[in-house]
Amino acid sequence: MSTEAHVERLGVANEWDGGALPYRVGHRKLGMWLFIISDAMTFTALLIGYSYVRAASDQWPTPFHFYPSIVFSTVMTLFLLASSFTMVMAVKASAHNRLKAARRWIGATMLGGLAFLVLHIIEWMNLIGEGLRPFGVAEDSEFAGLWAKHWPQAPPLFGASFFSITGLHMFHVFTGVLYLGVIALRISKTRHEDVEISGLYWHFVDLVWMFVFPLIYLMSVNMEH
Amino acid sequence: MAEAEVTHQEAHAAEAHAHAPGVHHHAPPSGFIRKYIFSIDHKVIGIQYLLLALVSVFVGLVMSVLMRMNLTWPGTEWPILGTLFPDGAPNGVMSPEFYLSLVTMHGTIMVFFVLTTAPQGGFGNYFLPIQIGADDMAFPYLNMLSFWVTFVGLVVILAAIFASGSPSTVGPTGGWTGYPPLSAVGDILNVPGQGMGMNLWIISIAIFCVASLLGALNFIVTLLNLRTRGMSLMRMPLTCWAWFTTAILALLSFPVLLAAGILLLLDRTAGTSFFVPGGLSNGSGIEALKTYSGGSPILWQHLFWFFGHPEVYIAILPGMGATSHILSTFARKPVFGYRAMVFAMFAIGLLGFFVWGHHMFISGMSPYTGFAFSILTLSIGVPSAIKTFNWLGTLWGARIRFTTPMLFAIGFVSLFVAGGITGLVLGQTSLDLSMHDTYFVLAHFHLVMGVAAIFGMFAGMYFWFPKMFGRMMSERLGKIHFWPTMIGVYGIFIPMHAMGIVGMPRRYSQFHEVINGQEVMIYEFLRTTPGLVKFVTWSAIVTALAQLIFLFNFVYSIFRGERASDNPWDATTLEWTTATPPPHDNFGGQVPVVYRGAYEYSVPGAPQDFVMQTTPDETEANAPPDGAAGVQGQGDGGNGHR
Amino acid sequence: MGRALAVFIWVMTILSVWMFLDGRWWFPKSITEHGPAYDQQFVLTIVVVGVAFAAAQVALGYAVWRFRDTGDGSRAVYSHGNNRMEILWTAITAVVFITVAVLGQRVWAGLHFEPAPPDSNHVRVVAQQFQWNFHYAGPDGKFGRTDPAKISDESLNFIGLDSADPAAADDAVVATLVTQAGRPVELNLTARDVTHSLWVPPLRFKQDLVPGLDIKVHFKPLQVGQYEIACAELCGQQHYKMKSFMLVLPEDEHRQLTSLPQAQFQAQVTQLLKKYPVKYD
Ligand code: HEA
Ligand code: HEA
Ligand code: CUA
Ligand SMILES: [Cu+2]
Repeated sequence: MSTEAHVERLGVANEWDGGALPYRVGHRKLGMWLFIISDAMTFTALLIGYSYVRAASDQWPTPFHFYPSIVFSTVMTLFLLASSFTMVMAVKASAHNRLKAARRWIGATMLGGLAFLVLHIIEWMNLIGEGLRPFGVAEDSEFAGLWAKHWPQAPPLFGASFFSITGLHMFHVFTGVLYLGVIALRISKTRHEDVEISGLYWHFVDLVWMFVFPLIYLMSVNMEH
Repeated sequence: MAEAEVTHQEAHAAEAHAHAPGVHHHAPPSGFIRKYIFSIDHKVIGIQYLLLALVSVFVGLVMSVLMRMNLTWPGTEWPILGTLFPDGAPNGVMSPEFYLSLVTMHGTIMVFFVLTTAPQGGFGNYFLPIQIGADDMAFPYLNMLSFWVTFVGLVVILAAIFASGSPSTVGPTGGWTGYPPLSAVGDILNVPGQGMGMNLWIISIAIFCVASLLGALNFIVTLLNLRTRGMSLMRMPLTCWAWFTTAILALLSFPVLLAAGILLLLDRTAGTSFFVPGGLSNGSGIEALKTYSGGSPILWQHLFWFFGHPEVYIAILPGMGATSHILSTFARKPVFGYRAMVFAMFAIGLLGFFVWGHHMFISGMSPYTGFAFSILTLSIGVPSAIKTFNWLGTLWGARIRFTTPMLFAIGFVSLFVAGGITGLVLGQTSLDLSMHDTYFVLAHFHLVMGVAAIFGMFAGMYFWFPKMFGRMMSERLGKIHFWPTMIGVYGIFIPMHAMGIVGMPRRYSQFHEVINGQEVMIYEFLRTTPGLVKFVTWSAIVTALAQLIFLFNFVYSIFRGERASDNPWDATTLEWTTATPPPHDNFGGQVPVVYRGAYEYSVPGAPQDFVMQTTPDETEANAPPDGAAGVQGQGDGGNGHR
Repeated sequence: MGRALAVFIWVMTILSVWMFLDGRWWFPKSITEHGPAYDQQFVLTIVVVGVAFAAAQVALGYAVWRFRDTGDGSRAVYSHGNNRMEILWTAITAVVFITVAVLGQRVWAGLHFEPAPPDSNHVRVVAQQFQWNFHYAGPDGKFGRTDPAKISDESLNFIGLDSADPAAADDAVVATLVTQAGRPVELNLTARDVTHSLWVPPLRFKQDLVPGLDIKVHFKPLQVGQYEIACAELCGQQHYKMKSFMLVLPEDEHRQLTSLPQAQFQAQVTQLLKKYPVKYD
């Protein structure tokens, strides 16, 4: 039953006086908000750590060529943004109880997420091909050359931070897609609130990327060479 | 997958909630496994947490005694150890690395698996829902998950003790703070106990973080959404406020430790070097070290302490809550300055996030940040002072009943002052220059955490035991347990201040060597300390033995203790309005309605010297719209046992 | 029971205070310029918190003694608190704490905010598991280049001194910290493996030595003599005996020593260590 009805039924003067849902949100949604807060702390810690070592080291590689890396990551970003939009539509649809539409929109969102994943993995493969590794760079690879030429004193942390942070985000997108899948399948059984909640999670994953993209990608564009 | 869990079982909780007010229809689970092992009943889970803590605390206790023995009689042969740890203690003589593994394990187990489980996961789980009139946590399955994940964490950390690390078999030796580079490249540098044991240590911590996150999330939602009618925030028992604040701290600080732990694990296993700078050498140009460069050891310290300081308040806040609760109950007097107590708790929680740097004054961090952290650190003493004064205020003009829980609650206040006060010494950049990493620090945090928080647990245990197990703990044994413990812990930790001032450093496996019968100090400036060291050790042994009385009392009372009435302490809060022990849905179908604050003792003109929260007013002033009949009877039922 | 508890709390308080007053367990005498300021601040703080400690404990004991339930059926005072009191003690503690906090920065500022005086001696310190290396520039006053790759314990090159660098020719690297009485000294601290911490109680400060960082501290020793150096940061199994010594020499002896060529430096230091035995008072 919906939260509003809930409060109705208990007829309490002030939601904070007990017997009601003070934020007018059910447990699951509140729980998701809290989960998002804590998960955001994890990413914050990682990104701050990354910025810290980056600032601390006297040289930091900026190896990403406009093509493919930046083009790819930009397209990925667009897909993720689009998926957020379709998610909004999904929630709208389910709000008006148009379950089929909702299911389709969720499907679209999942596609957006999958596209992101696929592109991201291709992108990873490119970089690994060029010689990027979680620790430093592979011997006599293209990157090894670049490094030796431009960033001889660079710490081997570039790959480390890149793979760990984007990897963790990828994992979130992946679980997000599965999560949406479950919702889409059980849409007739689930409540509207569940769709909203899955939406919350999806937008959060999207938002995180909006920090990762500039910090990890744009800040590492290779301008001159 | 947690999501799936959430969606699934919350349906159950919400449905239960939807029926409120009214009778819940869900039958208690049948079958041993579902009832006692993988139970989703917050009461069972609470007890599971308490037992886990109990096991852990005795492991930690034994370790602390072993440490004391090594510090006092280094080089002595303890045959049992020889057989248990052939590498760590060859023919029974504790090796320095073995001592360090004891320190690490003692610290880790005590902080994580005792002080972060029992006060919150144990008592909080059991009594938060009951005290706010809920029939269970918001997410019962998540709750079960948190416990079992914690359990796995414990298993892993215990495995770490026996994990074979190069070159000799001892547990992790990084200290509970696991500072890199030692904790990251110690293995390469051939430091004993930096092998597999260290990995397991990190993994265990990471697992524990996840469990605590889930738990914290659950607590917050429960407290916000499941308060029964009339249970406004300012009518909640201070215990609930404490568990709530603690949950918020946990929710915000554990993720950071989780991240740090992952990075450290990567440094150890995947060859990254987040925390390891370049140019390291072990003196023989070893290759493995060359791959590292660019990392920062200080970064770990920042991440760790950003978690670490809130963690210490996570450890103490529930104790503060229980103390306030119990002091008021046995003082037969309302809590003095309830609002001030609540605000103080939040102030402590909030400030707690901005003082982590006080652990890093001499770490090489910028001296200007040190300055800022120092000011903030001392201002955190203010809310703590407020709480202390309010406890005194609560006792002033009271009619104190000296039950065992009350004795421990008073002990808590005494110990908290004794321990907290030295924080004001350590908090000053200048003074910390000399005090850092000496026994002065140990004295500080053992008094405040090592025992004040533990006293909170004792108080809670003696206080709530009857409700949890339906029988009283023996008051007589309780008092016999209290005295040696109270005297003993002061005997252990007050002298540590003196050692610290003299300059005795932490994490030293011994301070003297025995050369043909003669005790020779390794450091001349410690020449005045041996007497203290022995005194501390004997106090520790006595105190540790005294804990067996508690253990016996605990086990004996579960089976043989005298039966407890529903409200043996003449207390006012909801847990005392229901049956003992509470039925599966806590209130046997009744949904309690709350009419007043939590601590209405010695109300002039009231029939007894206490008024239950559920006793309706004659004046319908703050009664909710439709006063619930039947609950009245319940309130009286509570008093009826007088 | 109440009376007994009260008495215990009071006795414990008295014993604790006594332990601090007794004097047997106190810092070794300070030997630096900033030492007295440190001791002063420490005593001030100990007095403040000591008074607070005693006051709080005595009050607790009193309440426990005075307000026990005598079973006369009388009821406790019915009070929910008193805002004026709350404000009062909040204000008092705030003032006390902040004052102490601000005062507590003086020594720190002196050590860390002000640069080392120009006339300071310089010593590089490189800690390792589990020994101390003190690097002296020698007569030319220039430190030789060091390079981790050149570190080799076999050839006793613990800090990777680069013999190719002429400035290194006269550099001495010994296990003893040599300073000059009445002359400030600046230490450049670093470690070659894990974090260590330089701890000389009579100096009234300690400082971590962190791999990858070059941390500067400066102080002015005054008291001629020999003192022990301990390691105060967990660095491995031998942490507890990572011990060395610090010499504070009269000007002439210091000048004479530092002008010695590398070869005789160690020998001379050994002499001096014998001449000034460790003693605290
Ligand atoms: C429950 C745990 C707990 C609690 C509550 C506290 C409380 C405080 N702690 Fe402590 N602390 C630890 C656990 C805790 N600490 C641990 C585990 C460590 C070591 C970690 C490690 O290195 O292993 C540590 C270390 C530690 C350090 C680092 C020392 C070092 O390593 O060099 C510092 C420095 O500032 C510090 C400060 C404080 C302060 C200012 C408080 C304040 O909150 C205290 C406030 C309380 C009072 C002030 C007393 C009551 C007030 C009155 C009686 C009012 C009257 C007083 C006056 C008018 C003066 N603590
Ligand atoms: C909760 C935290 C806690 C507790 C209780 C203790 C208890 C004790 N600790 Fe420890 N200790 C730490 C936390 C704790 N410690 C930490 C964090 C460190 C730092 C580690 C590091 O440096 O990395 C440390 C380090 C430490 C050292 C320093 C080692 C070194 O640096 O060289 C020593 C040395 O003597 C020591 C001694 C003791 C002793 C004698 C006891 C006890 O014997 C005192 C008596 C104990 C009790 C009275 C508790 C009994 C409790 C129960 C039976 C609970 C009942 C259960 C329920 C109610 C559910 N501890
Ligand atoms: Cu070097 Cu501890
Ligand atoms: Cu702290």
